[in-house]
Amino acid sequence: MSDVLLSVRDLVVEFPTRRGVLTAVDRVSFDIRRGEVLGVVGESGAGKSMTGSAIIGLIEPPGHIAGGSVHIAGERIDDLPAEAMRKIRGKRIGMVFQDPLTSLNPLYTIAQQLTETIRTHLDMDDRQARARAIELMDEVGIPAASRRIDDYPHQFSGGMRQRVVIALALCAEPQLVIADEPTTALDVSVQSQIIAVLKRMCAEKGTSVMLITHDMGVIAEAADRVAVLYAGRMAEIGPVREVIKDAKHPYTAGLMGSIPTLMQDEDRLTQIPGSMPRLSEIPAGCAFGPRCPKVFDRCRTEQPAVRPVGEREVACHLFDPAMAQ
Amino acid sequence: MTDMLINVENLSRVFDVSKPWLNRVLENDEKKLLTAVNNVSFQINRGETFALVGESGSGKSTIAKLIVGLIGPSAGRIAFDGTEIASQGSVSMRQIRSRLQMIFQDPFASLNPRWRVRDIIAEPIRKFGLADEGDTQDKRVEQLLETVGLSAPDGAKYPHEFSGGQRQRVAIARALSAKPEFIVCDEPTSALDVSVQAQILNLMRDLQDEFGLTYLFISHDLSVVRHMATRIGVLYLGRLVEIADGKTLFSDPQHPYTKMLLDAVPDLEMAGRQRKPVEGEIPNPIDPPSGCAFHPRCPLANARCKTETPELAANGTGEVACFAVEEGRA
Repeated sequence: MSDVLLSVRDLVVEFPTRRGVLTAVDRVSFDIRRGEVLGVVGESGAGKSMTGSAIIGLIEPPGHIAGGSVHIAGERIDDLPAEAMRKIRGKRIGMVFQDPLTSLNPLYTIAQQLTETIRTHLDMDDRQARARAIELMDEVGIPAASRRIDDYPHQFSGGMRQRVVIALALCAEPQLVIADEPTTALDVSVQSQIIAVLKRMCAEKGTSVMLITHDMGVIAEAADRVAVLYAGRMAEIGPVREVIKDAKHPYTAGLMGSIPTLMQDEDRLTQIPGSMPRLSEIPAGCAFGPRCPKVFDRCRTEQPAVRPVGEREVACHLFDPAMAQ
Repeated sequence: MTDMLINVENLSRVFDVSKPWLNRVLENDEKKLLTAVNNVSFQINRGETFALVGESGSGKSTIAKLIVGLIGPSAGRIAFDGTEIASQGSVSMRQIRSRLQMIFQDPFASLNPRWRVRDIIAEPIRKFGLADEGDTQDKRVEQLLETVGLSAPDGAKYPHEFSGGQRQRVAIARALSAKPEFIVCDEPTSALDVSVQAQILNLMRDLQDEFGLTYLFISHDLSVVRHMATRIGVLYLGRLVEIADGKTLFSDPQHPYTKMLLDAVPDLEMAGRQRKPVEGEIPNPIDPPSGCAFHPRCPLANARCKTETPELAANGTGEVACFAVEEGRA
């Protein structure tokens, strides 16, 4: 299907350690369509950032992709040599990281960083690149862009820096932007502005977004579909409204119940007992089994496959059609 | 009459953030002062959960430190059950110390990594002489571990053997071991994942019912605050802009900043909420705007807001510091 921009199939990321091989991402598959925002949620250690890093080939050694494939617009990119991958990063896939201070170089002005990136990927001279940079800064909502472009990163506030990072990610007009916790370091009032900018920019340019976050509120606001990861495995993936309103996987349901909301009055929050297993201690069968309120014998021995349920896919034995009989 | 436990009056705290003396002389710089808390007054009644919300730089954590006496105020006073809270080590402070405990944000930084958990929890018991013999102390530690949902053998472990949520349970057990009446919780769940956050929030509520605790709950997360608080104070650049009952604040916010903050929260209930786009960012607290600190971002600001500073005034069941509300322009 030509509608699909990014296709990830059975992706496995492994970290060899002295105590054996840890599987940080375990056979994760998903697609992102053109112009779509896919939210990826999970708790810390669920493998969401690792999935993002694997797609752009930035996993820190000794970690490595141990299986599966990543295709962007039909072209396989997970087995490319480093130099070829470097050309894809920035040009076809843009990145926005959590901390805008670490993704900008403190020793260069914003103008230098933006024009360098623009000139690396697009055929422009210095003057054109600078004009394009100012245009981009305007688009992401930085006031007085033509004056501020010669400032250094430390002269910008946190929210403004993150706008610069978004401008940087979008300057080569990539097909996909991977945003890894883009608003986590920001205050709520700034957070909503940044989400709005990201959403608007990508909608205008038809860019697909992989939005990685632990904040369900952000997902609800920005994403079209959502993938829920648990212990490196896909638990559930589907349209965001369906997943939030009517979670199928017991982990997703528990996660939703544990979030206090502004609208409802609840005396107690639903709580999932225990915490996510360490990568070295993932139980046999379903990784969520020991914490699951609906666990039964089969969950303890057999790892559930990801099966389609309506418009969604769920990895839970409860939704195995064979179980219904 | 309600039973007041904490009374904060006209509290201010100024930090000197100037460069060193020599640099100031050489570079001809002036002293720079940062007013982190500016003329803040509020009361906390026994048994309630009073929450302070605000964005970074609004002075939430400074107020927490002032109340437990970790730092002294620049002006104003804080009374705990009638006794004024003074600096560390004074006689009056020692008497109320055990009744006043604190839970911090980062359970990785607030527990001594070289101590076993049972020693961490037993320290307040020893310090305040709450147990005379060794075995009653051990027993108490075991009880506390079970109260917070850990088990007695966990006492022999070190903090690094626990996950973030379990560590926060240890920190809560330590706070409880002094048999306090009042606990200051400074962002107790912001370092935790949501499913663990739910466990800790539920635990804190259960403990409140069991021991009749009073909480000062500090958080930037409005949905957590709504879940926990009976009354809420909203801070902006070191000033209280609104105090209201928990339910009222969310159903009927008065101050334009509170409204903006509520509008900004991404919510699971996506449908139908008309949100206004938020504008601007918190100004630099070293050089705050004149008059009402919120006026550059406020849709209702007029000339008076730029020159005069509004004070908290009674409004309905709560208090609001806003000229627009006062003059009926809101």
